[in-house]
Amino acid sequence: MQGTMRRNTGDKVFDTFIYIFMTIVAIVTLYPFLNVLAISFNDSVDTVRGGITIYPREFTLKNYETIFGFDGLLVGFKNSVLRTVIGTAIGVLSASMMAYTLSRPDFQARRWMSVAFALTMYFTGGLIPGFLLMKNLGLIGTFSVYIIPALLSVWNVFVVRSYIDGLPYALQESAKIDGANDWTIFWKVILPLCQPVLATIALFIAVGHWNSWFDTYLFNNRSPENTTLQYELMKVLLSTQTGNNYRDPNAQQAISAVSPESIKMAITIVVTIPILMVYPFLQKYFVKGMTLGAVKS
Amino acid sequence: MKPLTDGNQQTGLANKKNRFWSRAFQQRYLYMMSLPFVLWIFIFSYVPVWGWLTAFQNYKPKDSIFNQKWVGLDNFIELFQDERFYIVLRNTLAMSTMGLVVSFTIPVIFALLLNEMRGQFFKRSVQTISYLPHFVSWVVVAGLVSKMLSTDGGAVNQLLIYLNIIDSPIQFMAKGEWFWSIVTLSDLWKEMGWNSIIFLAAMSGIDPELYEASTVDGAGRFRKMWHITLPGIRTTFMVLFILSIGHLVSIGFEKQFLLGNPLVSDYSEVLDLYALKYGIQMSRYSYGTAIGIFNSVVSILLVFIANGIYKRVTKESII
Repeated sequence: MQGTMRRNTGDKVFDTFIYIFMTIVAIVTLYPFLNVLAISFNDSVDTVRGGITIYPREFTLKNYETIFGFDGLLVGFKNSVLRTVIGTAIGVLSASMMAYTLSRPDFQARRWMSVAFALTMYFTGGLIPGFLLMKNLGLIGTFSVYIIPALLSVWNVFVVRSYIDGLPYALQESAKIDGANDWTIFWKVILPLCQPVLATIALFIAVGHWNSWFDTYLFNNRSPENTTLQYELMKVLLSTQTGNNYRDPNAQQAISAVSPESIKMAITIVVTIPILMVYPFLQKYFVKGMTLGAVKS
Repeated sequence: MKPLTDGNQQTGLANKKNRFWSRAFQQRYLYMMSLPFVLWIFIFSYVPVWGWLTAFQNYKPKDSIFNQKWVGLDNFIELFQDERFYIVLRNTLAMSTMGLVVSFTIPVIFALLLNEMRGQFFKRSVQTISYLPHFVSWVVVAGLVSKMLSTDGGAVNQLLIYLNIIDSPIQFMAKGEWFWSIVTLSDLWKEMGWNSIIFLAAMSGIDPELYEASTVDGAGRFRKMWHITLPGIRTTFMVLFILSIGHLVSIGFEKQFLLGNPLVSDYSEVLDLYALKYGIQMSRYSYGTAIGIFNSVVSILLVFIANGIYKRVTKESII
């Protein structure tokens, strides 16, 4: 529709306005990341002088050397990677298994199971009952608390199910005639065909795991062996929150020569890099998944 | 299947039962693949709702939920008599209303402008950049925000000083009256691009013939935006808006938790944080659960009210 349009002065002014506006949006979005990146590579003493914009003034790797010497951070990194890998693998497998059974029109229990799952999207027990449940199940202070309660997402189940519903049912029937049982059909026929949707939910789940900090705060704040990277960043963040007025004496930081501010910036970059690395895939699948959900509802 | 050989009802019933079990056996793999998750969802989604009962008890963790002292509505009465509750409720409603207004205007405008862009490469680049903050955690965003707003070298203060708007840096993070705006704007920064996706998708679904017809009728660009593009996304907009109204009191607490600090707690504490503080940090589980129930009930009421208004206006329901 745009090509056939006559362009007059008003149009040109408006186009210019859009370009300026969009450039500002891009700068405002990117500047904080670039600024933090520059500071993370800048000498900690020099940073205090201020005025760092998007490139380091006195380049150093000392900030990174310092943070990689922190025990908490290394453990946190290990746990974050572990929970992301394990959580994603289990999450994808369980969502697709559940989705497959719910998509089988001949499955006896299909109706009541669908209802039982769908209902949970409309209510939650809330923070405290959830916490008490974890406590009663003995999950507090364990690594499993990252995996088991987040085993399945009902939303993902329904996304995969609607994808399976779109596949030709004849494929399953011919596999059945060839003597395959339901498990073989799922594993050999359905899973390979579902790859695009599984990639989408895998990315959803992985980003969720990587970014989550509150479960560590709530369930594992007294077990340093189960800390995560986001939680470590949160601790540094809260200890430097109000700039110069408020500084929580943190033993680990006191002994290092690098200022908490520089440490915070370096950790922020370490936490963000993996997201940037998968971002091209994220954009491809997420946007598709998002509009898919919109069309469905 | 064996066909029924006689009309005897008892045999028929037995057959039916047999058939059920034989089909269940045939579908044993399906059961094996689903029952563990049904059990899981029962434990992790249904059992906590049972935990709502604790709000009417004086819950002590050492006993089971069946051996607690029942206190009726005492927890709720105490909640409604607590002055702090009203401050917290004010903060919650203020931030959620501000968030609602901002997140339903700016992303629409952003999508509208993107939709009007002619250069595909520039358009794609802006989209790619604008979705990025959605994928980083709130911890990171809070770190970036406090860096940008800091008094020693924060970009915002430097810019304001450079433009001669202020003489000395403002301590944004330490002043309660700034807090609501900081939360709202951080949220906008993080989610503007992402929230615009759905509006852009709705815009791309508008019939191009409408635009062509209006060109023939001599409509300019702004008239098309106003009379075709905006009405074209109205349904999407309203559905999302009504769903968001349901979340007015349950806005989460991540932003407030991470951006807040003791200096601004009178403005930063929201219902969920209040529940967290009493319920878990002070181990007053019953009181915390009562706050959660208040939250859920108000949410459900709000959705119904919003849907009722929408129904009256447009004669259609979305739930």
